[in-house]
Amino acid sequence: MTSPIAGGVDCDLHPAVPHLTSLLPYLDDYWRDQVTTRGMTDLISQSYPPNSPISARPDWRPAKGKPGSNLADLQAQALDPFGVSFGICNPLFGVQMVFSEDMAVAFTRALNDWLVREWLDKDDRLRGSIVIPLQSVEKSVAEIERCAQDKRFVQVLMLVMGDMPLGKRAYWPIYAAAERLGLPIGIHAGSSYHHPPTSVGWGSYHIEDYVAQAQAFQTQLTSLIVEGVFVRHPKLKMVMLESGFTWLPPYLWRLHKFWRGIRMETPWVDRSPLEIVRSNIRFSLQPVDAPPEPEVLNRLFDHMQSDELLLFSTDYPHWQFDGDVALPDGISSDLVKKIMIDNPLATYTRLKEPVRA
Amino acid sequence: MNVQFREGPGAASSAETSVPAKTAIADCDIHPVRATATELHPFLATRWHEHLGTYGKHPYQGMMEGPPYPKAQPNASRRDAYPPEGGPQGSSLSFMQQQHLDPNNVVLGVLNPLATGQGIRNHELAAAICSAINDWQIDKWTSKDARLKGSIVVANEDGPAAAAEIRKRGGDTNFVQVLLLSRTVEPLGQRRYWPIYEAAEEVGLPVGIHAFGFGGNPITASGWPSFYIEEMVGHSQCQQAVLSSLVLEGVFDRHPSLKMIMIEAGFGWAPSLSWRLDKNWKRLKSEVPHVKRLPSETIREHIWWTTQPMEDPERRDHLFDLIEWVGWDKLLFATDYPHWDFDEPSRVLPPGVSDENREAFYFGNAKKLYGLA
Repeated sequence: MTSPIAGGVDCDLHPAVPHLTSLLPYLDDYWRDQVTTRGMTDLISQSYPPNSPISARPDWRPAKGKPGSNLADLQAQALDPFGVSFGICNPLFGVQMVFSEDMAVAFTRALNDWLVREWLDKDDRLRGSIVIPLQSVEKSVAEIERCAQDKRFVQVLMLVMGDMPLGKRAYWPIYAAAERLGLPIGIHAGSSYHHPPTSVGWGSYHIEDYVAQAQAFQTQLTSLIVEGVFVRHPKLKMVMLESGFTWLPPYLWRLHKFWRGIRMETPWVDRSPLEIVRSNIRFSLQPVDAPPEPEVLNRLFDHMQSDELLLFSTDYPHWQFDGDVALPDGISSDLVKKIMIDNPLATYTRLKEPVRA
Repeated sequence: MNVQFREGPGAASSAETSVPAKTAIADCDIHPVRATATELHPFLATRWHEHLGTYGKHPYQGMMEGPPYPKAQPNASRRDAYPPEGGPQGSSLSFMQQQHLDPNNVVLGVLNPLATGQGIRNHELAAAICSAINDWQIDKWTSKDARLKGSIVVANEDGPAAAAEIRKRGGDTNFVQVLLLSRTVEPLGQRRYWPIYEAAEEVGLPVGIHAFGFGGNPITASGWPSFYIEEMVGHSQCQQAVLSSLVLEGVFDRHPSLKMIMIEAGFGWAPSLSWRLDKNWKRLKSEVPHVKRLPSETIREHIWWTTQPMEDPERRDHLFDLIEWVGWDKLLFATDYPHWDFDEPSRVLPPGVSDENREAFYFGNAKKLYGLA
């Protein structure tokens, strides 16, 4: 087993909102009334059915309530055992699924305030991601600017499956705000379910949706690269969260080849996709979609041709590994230090800044 | 695809530049094209000529003419592949022989017609055009050159009609596979397509799934992207969803002798997808009790891959790792003639491959799969 080292950063933790009604204290009168009068149901995304095996490790599943909804559990099961200095909270409450931009604004604002009050205020190791109402780009920028004043917010969070490919120019004000404020954009597995989860429509099974997340990351990377996001915003970092990473090398070989063949279509892309990924894109460690043999995994790391791409994550409370084996077998101690400490600190620059000015 | 940055008078056909006699190869992805709009008429009822003239094909996309994303070249084809007698690239047997089959010593060429009845919303029209295309393949191509073999194209959204066409053609040695396109209305593992697999297994033909087509769904899970390159690269993500569906719906559990070929969608993603499927199948087995085996084992046993556009890492050892994981016995060489991203046979495999693997890659695997002497 590869042992974790102290002082790392866990880049993908999922604190759960117990129920939509938990946000009532953070909503204004109108929306509090809407939630209760209309009898709104909880916003649980079918990306993570609470009882699905992947949604919580058996020994991380609480006796009652949603997995990840209890701070003491998160401390005892994720922060303490892996000895991390920081843990980044990425709430997966299903606010991206709603269709009304007004409702999305109210819920994301409440969600971000809830995260501060119920989590970040209660453990100094915790940091947050700003969940945005992507139904409106203008309101998303406003929410980023509002939350970014609190230095404990270290990134902006989006889902990998949404209304439009993420490179589309309409989204660029979000990227401008993030770059200006020193916030990476985290793109997490999950869907607004405004489109089918695959390019051939709706699959029959939960497992199909989950496997398809990796393909969605691939199409989003293509979009971000060829639309020119990193030409316009060269300092912007994006982090693929719960994306898997073993697909990256062959995906890039292909994108690179087609870019060489038809770059006349997107002439503003002034660096190769390989270079853009190495400078601007990072990946959370879990899930490791690879066979258990260390020699194969080390070949895969060699195919990635960079030791700066991966950021440590447990994906708590999702079930990606058993026991303490958050780090796969057979990786070098140098790489462990890069993955756990150096790469996250280089990516999330706010982690090195004082929380209060 | 062999990317060339310089073009000059010397950059003519490869036939003029290559010196030694070439070893025999199989080309498992050749695209035959109609020279004129009326070329199909002898095989199609008058009713359907008139229908097409009045209403068009009415496909699962908006454009009356051409594809939604403009290609990088006219007809997505090589600029040097226009036949001297006129017509679009890939529409002349004699020029295909002269430019490709003879100089590259292609002894088996598998035809994959793309502009057929697939991806058409009127399923009766779809079946009529597909059947006509099958007659046309025999008439214009396979009966005239024994090296060429056809693909049974079928109305892919109408399972029973597709199965009937497969059974009708199944014993005909002009055909060596059933052809589907990847972009369908629903994932190809779903029930509406099961009659296709049942019929293919029954007549003993493999099913090829070629990247491309129209099924009405955007190529990304976040809607329609802006550029042709996104569609081109996206085909390999689409094919991953197709293969996931086939495995997770239990198609290979129900049809243990069924063989499938992933055509022009890459094979680099096969290992990572297999590992991801394995990992999640172990967790989520209870949702798919009909899936009895590790997905990676099913894929290793049932799936073949055409090579073009060849995976092209910076380092040769990375390519060899990849092929070890996929299997030297599962790759089928293809050029994609006459398309612009044609893979030139002599430049596809780097040095350092054993004679045995090289022979399997260029010819042996195809010969075995298609059951040809």
